[in-house]
Amino acid sequence: MEPLLDRLSNGEIIVADGAIGTILIQNGLKPGDCPESFNLDKPDILKEIAKLYLDSEAEIIQTNTFGASPMKLSSYGLEEKTEEINQKAVSIVKRVVNGNAYISGSCGPTGGILQPYGDVEPDEIFQGFKRQIKALIIAGVDVICIETMISLQEATLAVQASKAVSPKTPVIATMTFDKTTKGYYTIMGVNVKEAAAGLEEAGADIIGSNCGNGIENMVEIALEFKKVTSFPLIIRSNAGQPEIKNGQLFYPEKPEFFAEKIPDLIDAGVAIIGGCCGTNPEYIRAIKKTVELYKK
Amino acid sequence: MKGRVIEMDLLKQISDFLQQGDDGKVFDLTKQAIEENIAPKDILDLGLIAGMNVIGEQFRKHEIFLPDVLLAARAMYSGMDQLKPLLIKEGIPSAGKVVIGTVKGDLHDIGKNLVGIMLRGAGFEVIDLGKGVFAEQFVETAVKEQAKVIGMSALLTTTTPLMKNVTDLLRENGLNNQIKTIIGGAPVSKEFAQEIGADAYAYDAAKAVECVKQLIDLA
Repeated sequence: MEPLLDRLSNGEIIVADGAIGTILIQNGLKPGDCPESFNLDKPDILKEIAKLYLDSEAEIIQTNTFGASPMKLSSYGLEEKTEEINQKAVSIVKRVVNGNAYISGSCGPTGGILQPYGDVEPDEIFQGFKRQIKALIIAGVDVICIETMISLQEATLAVQASKAVSPKTPVIATMTFDKTTKGYYTIMGVNVKEAAAGLEEAGADIIGSNCGNGIENMVEIALEFKKVTSFPLIIRSNAGQPEIKNGQLFYPEKPEFFAEKIPDLIDAGVAIIGGCCGTNPEYIRAIKKTVELYKK
Repeated sequence: MKGRVIEMDLLKQISDFLQQGDDGKVFDLTKQAIEENIAPKDILDLGLIAGMNVIGEQFRKHEIFLPDVLLAARAMYSGMDQLKPLLIKEGIPSAGKVVIGTVKGDLHDIGKNLVGIMLRGAGFEVIDLGKGVFAEQFVETAVKEQAKVIGMSALLTTTTPLMKNVTDLLRENGLNNQIKTIIGGAPVSKEFAQEIGADAYAYDAAKAVECVKQLIDLA
C-alpha cells in the first residue's frame, strides 16, 4: 500500500475502523476481564472483528492493545506478557488484512497520574510505552495510535517513545475533550490549541480527538483544531453518550445520524474518520458511503 | 476581638494557600494555628473545608481542572493529618463515615478519587477501598466501620451492572435502611440509580458531597 502519510498529503480522506471493546462485550468479555487477554485466549473473535471492519471498507484497522502498556497490564498481573500480547495482537490483524489496510497499533493511557499531581515518574511512562510500542513495531504495525489521552504530558511521552523506537513510523495522537463553557478541555485542563501545539512539538504526524463525545461535538472539536493546526486531523467519535436502558447498554446515535455529519467533519479538514465506543461495522460502512459521495 | 481577627486571618490564609495547592504553607500554618490554640474544629471548617469548597466550586465551573484539585487535595491532607488526632482526642465527630470504591472490574478511579477528596474536604471520614471492589467488600466494610453510606463509581459501561450486586446484598441482609448507597460515573444516571435501587446518583464530585449529606441524615 502507498504510505499513509503520502495519501494524506495528497488530500485523500481515509476511513478507519470502529470500536473493539463494545464488540468484545457482546462476545463474552466479562467485567473484570482484561480485554487484551483476548489476544492470547480468543484470537478468533479478534480476527472476526478485524474482518468485519475490513469488509466494511475501513482502511485502518486497530490492534486490540489499548490497555497493553506494561503499567496497565500490571493491574491484571499480565505485565510480563507485554511483548507477547502486543505481538500476538498485531499478527492476528495482519493475517486478516493481508496488506489491504494499514495496521494501527493502539496505545491508551497508563492510568497513572504524573508528578507533581500524582506519584508516577515521567520515565516510567516513557519506558513503558517504549516497551509496548517496540513490540508493536517489531510485529509490523504501519502506524502507532496514541489515543484517549487526557494528560498532554503523558501523550507527549508516548509520542516521543514511539519516535525513539522508530522515527519513521507515523504516529497518530488523539486526546479526549469535554465541552465546557470556555470551549473544549480535557479533564486535566488541556484545550485544543495546547493539545495541537504539544502533540506537534512531540513529533506526532496526525492529531485529533477520539472518545468522550458524540459526532456533533466532534465536529466542533475538529473546527477548533482546524483553527490552530495544519496537521492532518483524525476524528473517532462515540455513538453518542452511553445510556443504560433496562440493564442494557445503549448508544443513542445511529449510523445514519453519523453519516449526516460526516461532510461537516471533512469540511473542517478531517482526513481520517473512524468510530470509537458504541460504533460497529455498520457505522463504518455508513461513513465510507458518505465519504465516497462527498468526493463526487 | 483582636485575637479573633488574627485567628480569622490565619484561617483565611490556610484556605488561600490550600487553593493555591501549596502543601508546605498549609502544613506550616496549620501547625501554627494549633500552637496558637485555635480550636481544631475551626481550623478544619474555616481553613481546610472552606478552601476545598472554593476548589470544588471552581472545578465544577471548569475554572480549574484536575491538576489543581489534586494539588489542593495534597495541601488539604497536609493540614488534615495534623488535625485528625486532635479532633479524635476532643471527641469531635466527623461529618460521617463513607465507604467508596470503583466496582469490581473497573480500573478507572479518577472520578472516585475526586469524590474522596471532596468528601474529606467536607469533613467526612472516607474509607477508600480503591479499584475493582467486590460487592461483599463494600458491604462488609460498611458494616464493620459503621459507615452510613456506600459510594460506588464506574466509568466502564461494562461494569455498571455490578453496582446492583451491592444494593441487592444490602437488601438481602436487611441493611438497606441503615446503609445508603450513592452511585456515580459517566455511564450511570438517575434513572439507572432508581432501576438498581440505589439511594442517590451524583453527576459530579460536588453533587456527591451534597447527596451524601442528605443520605447521612436519612440513615
